[in-house]
Amino acid sequence: MPRVSYTAPATVDEAVKALAGAAGLARVLSGGTDLLVQMKSGRVKPEVIVDTKHIPGLIGIREEGDCFVIGAATPGAMISADERLERAFPGIVEGVDLIGSTQIQGRASIAGNLCNASPAADSVPPVIAARATAVIVGPNGRREVPVEAIVTGPGRTSLAKGELVVEFRIPKPKPRQSDAYLRFIPRTEMDIAVVGCAVNVTLDGNGVCTDARVVLGAVAPTQLIVAGAAEALIGRKLDDDTLARLDSAAQAACHPITDKRGTIEYRTKVAGVLARRAAAIAFERAGVRPQSDSIPGAI
Amino acid sequence: MSYLDKAGLKIVGTRPIRPDGVDKVTGRANFGADMVMPGMLWGRIKRSPHAHARILGINVEKALALPGVKAVITRADFPDISRERAQLGASPHNLRDLSRNCMAQGKALYEGHAVAAVAATSPAIAEEALDLIEVDYEVLPHVMDVEAAMADGAPLLHDDIFTAGIEPKPTKPSNIAKVVRFAKGDVEAGFKEADIVIERRYTTQPVHQAYIEPHACVVSVGADGQTTIWSSSQGQFMVRGYTARICGADIANIRAMPAEIGGGFGGKTIIYLEPLAYMLSKKSGKPVKLVMSREEVFRATGPTSGAVVEVKLGAKKDGHITAAQTTLKYQAGAFPGSPVQQGCICALAVYDLPNAETVGYDVLSNRPKVAAYRAPGAPIGSFGVESCMDELAHALKIDPLKLREINGAKDGAKATHGVTWVNIGYQKTLEAARATEHLKAPLGPNQGRGIASGYWHNAGGESSAAVHVNEDGTVTVTEGHPDIGGSRASMAMMVAEVFGIPFENVRPVVGDTTSIGFSASTGGSRVTFAGGMAVTQAAEKVIEVLKARAAVMWDISADAVEWKDGKAYPAGPNAGSFEPLDLAAIANRAARTGGPISAEVQINAQGQGPGFTTHICDVEVDRETGHVKILRYTAIQDVGRAIHPSYVEGQMQGGVTQGVGWALSEEYIYDKDGRLENPGFLDYRVPVASDMPMIDTVLVEVPNPRHPFGARGVGEVPIVPPMAAVANAIFAATGMRLRDLPMSPPKLRAALDAVEPRREAAE
Amino acid sequence: MSKIHVTTVINGEPVEYLCEPQQTLLDVLRDELGLTGSKEGCGSGDCGACSVIVDGRLVCSCLMLGAEAAGRTVTTIEGVANGDTLHPVQQKFLEHAALQCGFCTPGLIVAAKALLDENLNPTEEETRYWLAGNLCRCTGYDKVIRAVLDAAAVMRGEAA
Repeated sequence: MPRVSYTAPATVDEAVKALAGAAGLARVLSGGTDLLVQMKSGRVKPEVIVDTKHIPGLIGIREEGDCFVIGAATPGAMISADERLERAFPGIVEGVDLIGSTQIQGRASIAGNLCNASPAADSVPPVIAARATAVIVGPNGRREVPVEAIVTGPGRTSLAKGELVVEFRIPKPKPRQSDAYLRFIPRTEMDIAVVGCAVNVTLDGNGVCTDARVVLGAVAPTQLIVAGAAEALIGRKLDDDTLARLDSAAQAACHPITDKRGTIEYRTKVAGVLARRAAAIAFERAGVRPQSDSIPGAI
Repeated sequence: MSYLDKAGLKIVGTRPIRPDGVDKVTGRANFGADMVMPGMLWGRIKRSPHAHARILGINVEKALALPGVKAVITRADFPDISRERAQLGASPHNLRDLSRNCMAQGKALYEGHAVAAVAATSPAIAEEALDLIEVDYEVLPHVMDVEAAMADGAPLLHDDIFTAGIEPKPTKPSNIAKVVRFAKGDVEAGFKEADIVIERRYTTQPVHQAYIEPHACVVSVGADGQTTIWSSSQGQFMVRGYTARICGADIANIRAMPAEIGGGFGGKTIIYLEPLAYMLSKKSGKPVKLVMSREEVFRATGPTSGAVVEVKLGAKKDGHITAAQTTLKYQAGAFPGSPVQQGCICALAVYDLPNAETVGYDVLSNRPKVAAYRAPGAPIGSFGVESCMDELAHALKIDPLKLREINGAKDGAKATHGVTWVNIGYQKTLEAARATEHLKAPLGPNQGRGIASGYWHNAGGESSAAVHVNEDGTVTVTEGHPDIGGSRASMAMMVAEVFGIPFENVRPVVGDTTSIGFSASTGGSRVTFAGGMAVTQAAEKVIEVLKARAAVMWDISADAVEWKDGKAYPAGPNAGSFEPLDLAAIANRAARTGGPISAEVQINAQGQGPGFTTHICDVEVDRETGHVKILRYTAIQDVGRAIHPSYVEGQMQGGVTQGVGWALSEEYIYDKDGRLENPGFLDYRVPVASDMPMIDTVLVEVPNPRHPFGARGVGEVPIVPPMAAVANAIFAATGMRLRDLPMSPPKLRAALDAVEPRREAAE
Repeated sequence: MSKIHVTTVINGEPVEYLCEPQQTLLDVLRDELGLTGSKEGCGSGDCGACSVIVDGRLVCSCLMLGAEAAGRTVTTIEGVANGDTLHPVQQKFLEHAALQCGFCTPGLIVAAKALLDENLNPTEEETRYWLAGNLCRCTGYDKVIRAVLDAAAVMRGEAA
């Protein structure tokens, strides 16, 4: 691996200074499961890497009012093991659980998965579908943006030099709101998603969808919030007609590439398949969510 | 002596814990990259970024000037090898080609071809030095596809290769290095007799052996040329000999030590690094460690061939095949030597054919030189033939197993390649398949079952072994075969059985080239066969010595002593009344009865028994995504005699899994510039634990009488049937025939989309 | 470029080392500390041969910098056995012949130990998915899974 400078700041401000002050490329090191691979292959040549794991609050999960707050450097394994998150956002946990292997999940963070800006990232679609926001700190201070505003293209983010994501804020689910994430890969594990689909729905007492977000991954340069798919669901139950319209909307939104992991035609078709299947799971989960989510342990 | 009767065996056939096991489960075992030598430097290799390019010049000055760089080598440091010196002993490889594969001469012939190398005091400095080496290339047109490479006007890799095997000898150079042909009877007449003729074309992509351990070595060349090579390989004698020839050294000056080897499957029966490390060490005066990255393993070491396989079968309505014709076009990569001949032979060897013809083409292209991969050539040809047999069975409405029972090889039949079968177990594998519970298990929606058979001839060859009785009566057996799959245990078991002593009293050692006689490589499924023969003979010789020593101790005639259950006994009451003597008792007095007690044996083993197998595979298909799940798998194989059944089962399960990967997910993907797009385990997809079910094995034993314990080679034949077994199962589940490997989800989905929805499976 | 001084705990022992910033934990274990049991199979986190346990979590040491081990506790294959007494996973690997070449074995054993540290009653499917990040090319995984499930039974006190 090429030589690099390493620093492990103790505060966010120190991290910002280190990132902003680098003459060349500076990169945040949280889990390292993308960064180290890219440094070894020569794809990325940072002058300095900034290890954020010693900054208080960057690893951890807490509840704050009507949100869950997840520190940016929290490893996936910690997220998957958190029962509150598993109950509130099974789809997010599914996405996190699908990143790489058990070993990768021992280190990989949602912030890294997001800021690496791969269209195929597994945790990003369900996080966007849950309408999460990211809190960013930089030389110009602190700002909070919807997660979907971060990735601007493959390998590119809207973060300015010196900025880093410090935490994610995910609104707690309403009663009868739940989510699901599915991806298609050629094997059963270990592959980058050929297509990923997250569905987050809120139902009324009759099983009719009152709110929805459908997010596709790996079928466009960035994750896609498919408005047409949400429209197909809102005001409807999940019957065959809805499923068919959902499938079409998902396919229509895709503009993938043909690469070594999948062709345009295949990805488009499978996007429709996954949208249907993920919606079915999300609806079923939302249907069993109790009236009041403020009863801990209720299911 | 013969130990063919299983009933009399006490150790062979049981499942003791392997003697190197504790080292391997605790991390103590030393593999190629685990060695450290004092003063060691780190080597790195510069590789061509172009698939085909003339090397106009290499400037190493800046690299040499970098502090910490101790040596830089290029082709100029290596002697040329004349055609006369290209063959070494009985080695199957052309060393002139191998030398130019290790370090490009004049032209880079594939992306990743080595053009220079450095040794420096740290890996980081060696990496930096590579960037400072300036190579001037003239990029040439390249050719990747096998049929494109065969066509007139294709970019030519070598201007001194003229197609061998055709008459009259060609005058124009060609990318077709060789044509082979085997024939029996009259295929044209045979097809005329047929009630049905099926003709199909199958295509495969190159796949890599994908051993988890990248190539690694540490080489130390002294000022006087005395050299130590530590490397993981499938043959330390091969390493020694090839390095010597490529570097212009005397074989006797090289000691090649066999590290534990992290998988080979044929891919480590040749060398890539040792000659480079040798030259770097010679130039720098220090030991040099050279380890490949995973990316280098994929870009620059031999996969097996990608191929086109055309199969034509003719049969009568009752299922008797009247004629079979196959054409195999195999990629050799940058230098000649694809396993097309094996492919031709093995695919048809399963069947007793009255008329047959098989033609094979060995074709050059701008890809890494192919290396052996587990039953080299056979899985590819068999994918074609076993798939086509399934199509024939369905067309005739005959059960695929029955079709094989009718046409399968039997004792006394003559194969297409000329061999007459003796003591083979193919029909028994079919009987055993019929008897499995698997074959009767019910299937659900979108599930299907396929069967396929396979053959591999297995190798004999040169092996040496030495057996020593130590002063305390324990036994050391030294042999020359790196242990890839647990063979050390089998060697010790056979020796313990011969002596009649506990397995724990026999310690097997894999000796280096100075400690044991010449032994051909671990490969060809030959170690339990040939190595086992050698250790058995050595043990038997030692028993004769022990009997003679007992006779001296008892002061009787040597022929009055017999050996039984680990002890010497007087043979009969007339010999005298003496207490039996065990190994410890005799060994303790060895110096006074004649000296050290040992024997060394060198053989060139003949009589290796061929291996036959039949597999049953169940799949479940997700019709919307094209994903194929392996539900259940049974491998039935004639193993001769299972010396250590667990390791025989392990070979079968490992071969099946490699075959499943070959069938469904593994392939080399090149871009339009001939650059490999997936040189890593992320996108070169080998099966992971969640992709496979438990793999059932049925060990059929038709003992091979030419081996003392009846063993046949077992390691390779299990990889031969899986691709066709999976393809046939997919057909049974969906009605779709997939004839292009890998049968990845997009291909199956596209095939399903191409027909009417709700079409019934063809049957 | 100056080296980083790291203090950490490896296999229960306090350890200090100097490393270059870009050296991975795997590089440090193998090349600085002589702990060559962890293997490099790919260097990119796709094969699991370098698996170690850091602060109770299973990770690939090839994707961690040596510098990041500061203040952590690390368990490698060399720390799995208890002196001369093999861990049940190690013992069962031997009994079931769950290794052939043995190269992936250290990573598999560390990964299996991490699984059983968390869940003493995994199903076959759970075991296969947990171990999906450990590639084995020799065994086809069959005997590996049997060994892990058998070790779990031993650790639950249901078998020997």
